[in-house]
Amino acid sequence: MTNESGFSLSVNGRSRSVVDALPGESLLFVLRERLGLAGSKNACEEGECGSCTVRLDDETVCSCLVLAEAAAGRQVMTIEGLGSEGDLSDVQQAFLDAGAVQCGFCTPGLLMAIDALLENDPDPDDLTVREAISGNLCRCTGYGRILDAVDRAAEARQAEATP
Amino acid sequence: MTVVETGAETDDGTSVGPRIGENAPRPDGVPKVTGDFAFSSDLHHDRMLWGATLRSPHAAARIGGIDTSPALAMNGVHAVLTHADVPGSPTYGLEHRDQPVLAGDVVRYEGEPVAVVAADHPDTARRALAAIHVDWQPTEPLVDPALAETADPIHPDGNVIRRIHLRHGDQAAAQRDDLVSVEGTYEVGMQDQAFLGPESGMAVPDEDGGVDLYVATQWLHVDRDQVAACLDLPHEKVRLTLAGVGGAFGAREDLSLHVHLCLLALRTGRPVKMSYGREESFHGHVHRHPARMWYRHHATTDGDLVRVEAHLLLDGGAYASSSGAVIANATCFAAGPYMVPSVEIEGVVVRTDNPPCGAMRGFGAVQTCFAHEAQMDRLAAALDMDPVALRLRNALEPGDRLATGQVITGTLPVAEVIRACADHPSAAVGSDEPMARPGGAGRTADAEHVVRGEAVAVGFKNLMFSEGFDDSSAARCVLHHGVATITCACAEVGQGFVTLARQIAGEVLGVNEIVLAPVETTSIGSAGSTSASRQTWMSGGAVQLACETVRRELLAGLATTHGLPIDDLVLVDGRVRSLSGDLDLSLAELTAEPVEADVVHRHAPTSTLDADGQGDAHVSFAVSAHRAIVDVDPDLGLVKVVELTTSQDVGRVLHPLQALGQLEGGAAQGVGLAVMEEVQVANGRIRNASFTDYLIPTALDMPPLEVAALIEQPEPGAPFGAKGIGEPPSISSTAAVAAAVRDATGLDLPRVPVRPSDICLVANPESGEAA
Amino acid sequence: MPVTIAISIDDACASLDAHPGALVLAGGTDLMVEVNRGVRRIDHVVAVDRIPELRGWSIEGDHDPVHGQVLRLGAGTTCADLAEPALASLVPALAQAARTVGSPQIRNAATLGGNLATASPAGDTLPVLAALDAEVELRSTDGTRRLPLDEFVTGVKANALNPGELITAIRVRVLDGPQEFLKVGTRNAMVIAVTSLALVVDRPGRTVRVALGSVAPVPLRATEAEVLMAERLDFEGLTTPEPELVNRFSELVADAARPIDDHRSSAAYRTHAVGVLARRAILRAFSGPVPEPA
Repeated sequence: MTNESGFSLSVNGRSRSVVDALPGESLLFVLRERLGLAGSKNACEEGECGSCTVRLDDETVCSCLVLAEAAAGRQVMTIEGLGSEGDLSDVQQAFLDAGAVQCGFCTPGLLMAIDALLENDPDPDDLTVREAISGNLCRCTGYGRILDAVDRAAEARQAEATP
Repeated sequence: MTVVETGAETDDGTSVGPRIGENAPRPDGVPKVTGDFAFSSDLHHDRMLWGATLRSPHAAARIGGIDTSPALAMNGVHAVLTHADVPGSPTYGLEHRDQPVLAGDVVRYEGEPVAVVAADHPDTARRALAAIHVDWQPTEPLVDPALAETADPIHPDGNVIRRIHLRHGDQAAAQRDDLVSVEGTYEVGMQDQAFLGPESGMAVPDEDGGVDLYVATQWLHVDRDQVAACLDLPHEKVRLTLAGVGGAFGAREDLSLHVHLCLLALRTGRPVKMSYGREESFHGHVHRHPARMWYRHHATTDGDLVRVEAHLLLDGGAYASSSGAVIANATCFAAGPYMVPSVEIEGVVVRTDNPPCGAMRGFGAVQTCFAHEAQMDRLAAALDMDPVALRLRNALEPGDRLATGQVITGTLPVAEVIRACADHPSAAVGSDEPMARPGGAGRTADAEHVVRGEAVAVGFKNLMFSEGFDDSSAARCVLHHGVATITCACAEVGQGFVTLARQIAGEVLGVNEIVLAPVETTSIGSAGSTSASRQTWMSGGAVQLACETVRRELLAGLATTHGLPIDDLVLVDGRVRSLSGDLDLSLAELTAEPVEADVVHRHAPTSTLDADGQGDAHVSFAVSAHRAIVDVDPDLGLVKVVELTTSQDVGRVLHPLQALGQLEGGAAQGVGLAVMEEVQVANGRIRNASFTDYLIPTALDMPPLEVAALIEQPEPGAPFGAKGIGEPPSISSTAAVAAAVRDATGLDLPRVPVRPSDICLVANPESGEAA
Repeated sequence: MPVTIAISIDDACASLDAHPGALVLAGGTDLMVEVNRGVRRIDHVVAVDRIPELRGWSIEGDHDPVHGQVLRLGAGTTCADLAEPALASLVPALAQAARTVGSPQIRNAATLGGNLATASPAGDTLPVLAALDAEVELRSTDGTRRLPLDEFVTGVKANALNPGELITAIRVRVLDGPQEFLKVGTRNAMVIAVTSLALVVDRPGRTVRVALGSVAPVPLRATEAEVLMAERLDFEGLTTPEPELVNRFSELVADAARPIDDHRSSAAYRTHAVGVLARRAILRAFSGPVPEPA
């Protein structure tokens, strides 16, 4: 049974209509396969890896566990809304500078989680950061360069805030 | 911690090209942080269908018949294929073609593919799989590797995949009564690579009966050869292109969905995409071999090793994969980086109905390192000797003979690595935060429940392929208008070869603009596998050779033209200058016509192992050490790794940040194997095929990694002297963490991963009472 | 439309009534796992995550010095909400349990009502709710009913919800006394409980209530252990109990467990571990004597 009437999602500030989705499609699937926004990743589809992290009305959630149609009318922000080439956000730049990117599959989810963390807590201590990203599995880096990137991004954000 | 800074800009802010030894930016970095990088699971085609795989629910069964008609009749289903639809070789494999593309009359492991479908939606495909009727006739699976040799063969090739009986030195050396001997039996559980990007790819049929396959892999050309054989197509009609790889760690060295995708695309005439879910991924690739290892070490009372005996039994699972290479490594390096005059090792890898095992970071050496390091600690205790001193006393040096009889001719700073790690001051402090204690967020431990332990372990492994394998990598360099274009089929899996390739080209050619051509099979020969710590040496070496050939050709011409000795000419920042100062030419203008070179790079040849396991079988070696500091809650058996310190024999550091990333990431996989990671298999079936239950370390599980030293002794024959660095971090870390838990608890702990019950539900030697 | 986005409880109940067999979607963190794996098919869904009445908490009725005030928690309260300081100060064990649920992303979505509806033996909030003698409020177009927790959770992933019913709230007493929640997992974060234990102290009521997770099909109360401690503990001063009493308490708690062997652990380890957790929880709660108020 397809949902012939479709529904619309607000993604990165734009209204996007979704047609022909099957019942049960997750927000992750719709973003990736129907809206061409493949930056959110599909590593487990059971909420255990954080690779699909997006902001839903400002809260970070696993988009694999959001029923797409039930997100209609809510604000979705994906990695594609965080910053783009030539206009990278502080966290994205920090990842590059710190060497926090290897295979990169966990990277978008981690960036979303860290961006939200720093928004709520501009100067988090080590344990706070580790807990905040404990839902984002990374298999390449052992987290060392990622933690360094968080420090760099926090410094950049504070420098920005206190001219 | 080593202080590292990115070095993409000079003091005056002008951009320079990537150079060796600097933290050059990753060329794929920006697309990876913006979400634009196309991983294999991100591929999309407007006309594409979705493929899916029907897998055996049984570890062993005969197939009475397969009825695909109910699935074929479903709306939206475009193809349902079985073994009968495989036009070419019905089997494939890395070392032996023993694994069916699709099982026909028998399945040998849970998850073995039996049919594939193509449909208009993943959900349609899933429902189609459920509609296929298979007449399963389950049989008793062979699941105990110890019984495999005597059991009826479960495969025409037999149940012993490979046996190596290594004998070195005087076999009667331990027949003295003045030696100290220690004996132990050790086990390593089955580890999963757990890369984050699941197996995925897309096959696109062309009009002439060929197929383009876009896939995440570690070795395009060997995939291509196997796929072409199964499809019964000539190589040129099967074209592989590397799609973005979300980690590999050995799990992408074997084929998974490759042939299936091509079969479906050729049958339907449409692009077909497949992307495994996490559960399917656990069934869809090989794992690290579980091992049972018996050891006996003999030493003089002064602590000189006299003889090491071992019996190694690895469970290869249902198909051979790279089991032969894994058991060779396990056997050759069974005694560790120590001088042992007399050695006898029997290494056997057998076939069972368990999940197939094959390559994983540190293959073979991870298992035996856990055992030989436990033995060294046990020996030190028996000798009442400091365990680090015992290791230093027996450390191998260049010029020494390995257990295989091979003389170490390259660099091997074993003692330096051990000393640097053991002597490094610890920065570990106790935390008052309950979350920082064992048990973490569960807040189970108070400070008084925690005991601390510390230990050092040393790892040892070969670099690159061994035993006479004709290994090579091809590369092309085209210098045109001052821009270097590098073509090489080396699979970038996250390790950063793309950065190194640009650094090498920049260093050799003095250019700032370097383009890496797409990685695929039609334009260049094989680069070999991104595994065995080999690509920096092999493909890095190939890129170096290609660039040097271009450089030489260019400069030789200019030297002739200008009547200058070739040694007087240098390439700097896009210009050709003479050291004597007369010449300063634009490289862009000089290369208005392209200068190019095609090369194939080989390492020095190796030999096979003889009947006694003797031979100059290896190219090069690397050693690493880890010191682990752990907090243990003995009553609950929970562990928190507080700090890891490492030192490693690296030859030369080409990119400090990427090197650090390899050390940290490899250590994390080692920590995982030590305390939490195990594919649990019961009666042939995986019980924890999910990230809910196959646990890998989170940020709250990984301690800071202190790098005590990167020992830089340039390796002869290696590009810029650099050794491969990917595997050693995963080898000694597991052994060190396990040893530190032993130190904290006083328990034997002969098995990894150490489970909570291994700590708290065994007789405690200190209190003398069972918990 | 296969998805109804309800905006009020009445709206949700009407939709559930109109679509028999419809699934209730709150945080989605359990339901969508099954949907993604293809083991649960979606025909009709009533999304309740945008019903303001379901989210948030309130204190009901007048202050009752003996039994404590009643805290009403909306079923849509997320695990992240539960860990917020204001609420954590009222039911600290629930806050601690909520903080161990999944990952931060999961806690932002997962709800208390969802944890109840799933009724997993490993549901992290369930032992706390059991220890607090929680009451579950259910609504349908037929009206409202309330069930004690032990009548609501009926087995492994089984509950007493009738067709058309929605979990709307959970009521617990705000107790005067320490509370503890401890959870054993083989990873330091984001892990399913191998076993867990909640202990709450009701000083005026002179009781200690202990409930265990992941050691039986449903959350278990260790009633014999509770009876023992009610008689023997110093509820005024919270004086540290004698080792012999702690040992006996630990044994009785372990005896109450009815665990199984599974891929996460063995029954033997779970029994052992709850005994250890019991010992630690009681010593954390009774670490006195409490100093006299100034």
